[in-house]
Amino acid sequence: MAVASIAILTLLTAAVLFGPLIWRMPINEIDFTARLSPPSWEHPFGTDDLGQDLLARMLYGGRISLAVGFAAMAVAIIVGVLIGAISGISRGSVDAALMWITDLFLALPQLPLLLLVIYLFRDFLKNWVGAEGGVFILIVLVIGAFRWMPVARLVRAQFLSLREKEFVEAARALGATTPRLVIRHILPNSLGPVIVAGTIDVAAAIIAESTLSFLGLGFPPDIPTWGRLLFDAKDYLDIAPHWALFAGAAIFLTVLTINFIGDGLRDALDPRRVM
Amino acid sequence: MGKYILRRLTIALPSLLGISLILFVLLALAPGDPFGELATNSNIPPEVAAALRVKFGIDDPIMIRYLRWLAAMLQGDWGFSFASRIDVDQLILQRVPTTLFVVGSSQILALAVALPVGVYAAMRPYSIFDQIANTFAFVGFSLPTFFTGLLLILVFSVNLGWLPFVYRADIPGSGWQWAWEYFKQAIMPIAVLGLFQAASYTRYVRSAVLDVIRLDYVTTARSKGLNEGKVVIKHVVRNALIPVVTLVALQMPAVFGGAIVTEQIFRIPGIGSLLISAILANDTPVIMAVTFVFACLVVVFNLLADIIYGWLDPRISYR
Repeated sequence: MAVASIAILTLLTAAVLFGPLIWRMPINEIDFTARLSPPSWEHPFGTDDLGQDLLARMLYGGRISLAVGFAAMAVAIIVGVLIGAISGISRGSVDAALMWITDLFLALPQLPLLLLVIYLFRDFLKNWVGAEGGVFILIVLVIGAFRWMPVARLVRAQFLSLREKEFVEAARALGATTPRLVIRHILPNSLGPVIVAGTIDVAAAIIAESTLSFLGLGFPPDIPTWGRLLFDAKDYLDIAPHWALFAGAAIFLTVLTINFIGDGLRDALDPRRVM
Repeated sequence: MGKYILRRLTIALPSLLGISLILFVLLALAPGDPFGELATNSNIPPEVAAALRVKFGIDDPIMIRYLRWLAAMLQGDWGFSFASRIDVDQLILQRVPTTLFVVGSSQILALAVALPVGVYAAMRPYSIFDQIANTFAFVGFSLPTFFTGLLLILVFSVNLGWLPFVYRADIPGSGWQWAWEYFKQAIMPIAVLGLFQAASYTRYVRSAVLDVIRLDYVTTARSKGLNEGKVVIKHVVRNALIPVVTLVALQMPAVFGGAIVTEQIFRIPGIGSLLISAILANDTPVIMAVTFVFACLVVVFNLLADIIYGWLDPRISYR
């Protein structure tokens, strides 16, 4: 399952990356004679209410959806590893305080807060780095900021068990400093579960981004991410179901394959398999 | 037990305070004057605007503003909705029951599906049933709620015309007719939210039962001659539920997030759709209050999970 998923996901990524080079239909060419037309040879995925080609828009939007997913995953992992490592290596009050913050973040209602942050800071960033870049940075940072907690907990748990192991003690006896111990000896050994969590985070970030776009609070309308396409399509469900179906299926397929890959990785990395 | 509940309460309160602090700092860090909407209105003369600034205390130090805001929230003075022209607490009180009804029934549905399926799958690991259940679970939690919601509307409302796709809190009439109408409009939102949660709960239940079912005390129970049903229900499930309760509590923020999306799709007049419409209308007091209510709900449900935890495993409440 995981291998098939990797193949499908690679195919999807390749289509999104190189598709626009092959399918040269512009994403914003308005053609009212072809409004809401179902899939045909001219428009393989049909058109939307302005007669814009949906295949081109899907390919373009996929780039953004996937980029958001991977970037947010990177943010979540960096923050999570940092907090988890600091908390795992230091004992006492620092550890307790960091874990309290982690638990606090776990109890936060994430979607309402995401919406709140985007509502409060959207205009500011738009003026600062432009509409697309601003929303991109904001969404990536915010999704990343609400997804680091599981990673931090995993890393901390790994650190707690690894730092008592003989090889760490040996390195310490040889005079290795704490930063060296952490970076060279403990961290590389604790990354297995982090990779699994990171894979699943990509899926979660893609869902979060599409949710925001679906609520009409993500990217501006001229950037057709998959969630945005669904948002625009939902008022035309009765006359143009293809519009919503293709965008939804793309999100579903991406998330499903990523989840399968994560599950396969977990099985591969976890020796405790139940028979 | 009473002491245990009290202890959990004293842990829940600081986290509620922490959440309120985060909310307030976000608001204070935000560029512009979200509370100064009235003060920046060009129709209001500058001296009135200055008086308003003093009245709202916008220029005071942040800690004082936080304490004042907190005191006002605690006294039930949640401000005034710019868009709806009524007090925020009334607006929210009108909406909360609907949200709780939808979220509550969907959780019941989720557990009603996940418990039997997960337990049965774990009793026969890697059997055909297990593999089918596992695949369905994966498909289930990979399908975003906004997509399944649209699919259900497409099939049952647009194509078949069986179910209404707009949720109404004020259906006229009474008796069976009314209950039936209410039931019909609630099926789709509850199914969307419930089945999405059921998918991940199934996996939790399965792995928790798998961890327990091979322990010695289960073998002992079997060798005493208890029938399989009793072993599973009285010995296995009760212990397997402990980690499941934790994971369900951890899912609570996601559940309420899903509720926002479902409320938006089916136009359910709950606090989730209130939040969205308030954001679109720049109605800051409502946005702050709804976010805070969501935070409170999450904390309350976590507290509930802790109490169930103590009931499932009495050792925990004595520690």
